[in-house]
Amino acid sequence: MALEATFWILAVICVGAALAVVLLGNVFRAALSLIVCFLAVAGIYVTLSAGFLAAVQVLIYVGAIAILIILAIMLTREVQRGSPFGGLRVPALIVAILCLGVISYAVVATPWQVSSVPPLEPTTPALAGRLFGEGGFILPVEIVAVLVLAAILGAIILVREK
Amino acid sequence: MSIGLDHYLILSAALFCIGLYGALAKRNAIVILMSIEIMLVAASISMVAFSRFVVPLLLTGQVFAIFVMIVAAAEAAVGLAIIISIYRNRETIDITKIDLMKW
Repeated sequence: MALEATFWILAVICVGAALAVVLLGNVFRAALSLIVCFLAVAGIYVTLSAGFLAAVQVLIYVGAIAILIILAIMLTREVQRGSPFGGLRVPALIVAILCLGVISYAVVATPWQVSSVPPLEPTTPALAGRLFGEGGFILPVEIVAVLVLAAILGAIILVREK
Repeated sequence: MSIGLDHYLILSAALFCIGLYGALAKRNAIVILMSIEIMLVAASISMVAFSRFVVPLLLTGQVFAIFVMIVAAAEAAVGLAIIISIYRNRETIDITKIDLMKW
């Protein structure tokens, strides 16, 4: 019962904050609602018994990505101009609603093979085993390290003064 | 009625469509980047939900969500760097005015 109440509260906060990101005219307020949305998603991960992911979500999304976005907003001074809608507003709304309808129909109509096994707790040692253990994801981990290095170098080169 | 896989998948679909609407309808490049982050988070939610309800002992969905987060961080860094460098050259980040590559 408590889990259901938590899920509904977090889901409402999450969708409301995401709507605020899209609909608010002030870019800075949109970035702050994005932080609220990310925190609610961290709560959703907790209800899915993914504690490690919730912590990483707060660290990376709220701690790093949101700060980067706020920094970029301050560096570009677009706050005065706000965040206007383009000419594609109505077609975009139609596409988004169609997309939501199709996905919801597919989700409801599919008979999912839901397992009744209780989830693994705590997940951190098991995740470490999956990532670094035998037959795990060690090659993707190495590739992702190269990707992050390339992204850092690319970002430095792009913003460097000529 | 208890919370099942469907609830999480529909929440994820709603978040994804909100992000899609923002990415298509907005003109400010930073707001478009924020909408893309919302879409990535929505995909992560559905992967963690599948991992929790379909294969609770394998954790593959959570590993995928970790990789999605890393790629999102790299994408945000490079995307914001591109936006800042465009702003330096053209004094705007309105995507209707950024037409360098228009043919």
